[in-house]
Amino acid sequence: MSSVTASPGFSLFRFAAPHVFYPIAGKMVPVFAALAAVLAAIGLYIGFFVAPTDAQQGDSYRIIYIHVPSAWMAMFLYVVMAFWAGVGLAFNTRLSSMMAQAIAPTGALMAFISLWTGALWGRPTWGTYWVWDARLTSTLILLFLYLGFIALQAAIDDQRRADKAGAVLALVGVVNVPIIYFSVKWWNTLHQGASVKPGSSSMAEVMLAGMLVMVFAFWMYAIAAVLARLRAIILERERRAQWVAEAREQGRL
Amino acid sequence: MQWQSLEHFLAMGGYGFFVWGSYGVTVAVIAAEIWLLRHRRRAALAQLRQASAAPARRSS
Repeated sequence: MSSVTASPGFSLFRFAAPHVFYPIAGKMVPVFAALAAVLAAIGLYIGFFVAPTDAQQGDSYRIIYIHVPSAWMAMFLYVVMAFWAGVGLAFNTRLSSMMAQAIAPTGALMAFISLWTGALWGRPTWGTYWVWDARLTSTLILLFLYLGFIALQAAIDDQRRADKAGAVLALVGVVNVPIIYFSVKWWNTLHQGASVKPGSSSMAEVMLAGMLVMVFAFWMYAIAAVLARLRAIILERERRAQWVAEAREQGRL
Repeated sequence: MQWQSLEHFLAMGGYGFFVWGSYGVTVAVIAAEIWLLRHRRRAALAQLRQASAAPARRSS
């Protein structure tokens, strides 16, 4: 029953079925995990052994290779999470809501890493671990939005209602993302402005290269982690489905 | 190579605490996430095993 039947015309919506996407995600997880490991090795090599010591900040700047990638991923994942939560809300597609649920913990992790590394970078460069500046505060709010989404979903027993409530929270919280991004422009912040903008960069090329490789490493890791979590969520939510029982008996889970 | 020795590398020009404090915690939380993902998958599979055990005994 679950075998791929020749369908008239290719449809992307076919992949929206959890029983179709489950094995596909299973094949993708090790690929993205391997890409993340290789890119991280290259990025860290460039960051620690090729890139020179910064003239102003000394070696403390090397925190950039995890600080900027995690901060970008925290913002990006939030938008992706809100998108899938919104799709689930609008079209009642099960997999979309599961995807949003799968993204939230990894997004929260990225927000935490960006805040933690930012604090440890702030101390030697600004003289303080924390300051209530617009960039830092809005990123802290981002972390709380992730945690709020997770807590709200966990607090509601009825899965459909949990998805809907979570989607509303996620969508309302999207306004915070441009606030984070433009905070260094709109307000006079202690946090520096963007070193990398579309089309220009004020960083030395080798430092930029190392940082961008690390951005891709974090990106690949996030995809692997989210898909692995999505598979577990599919099993949790579809545990009474016929295809799960069949796949389990055939050892395909 | 810009590091004269392992000590120089670990010292990070006097910023070792901040640099390694950043990287150490990042590695730790990512390792924790991977462990939690494994655990969640195992728990989901164990739940399926338990749920299928009861009806299977009845039928065969």
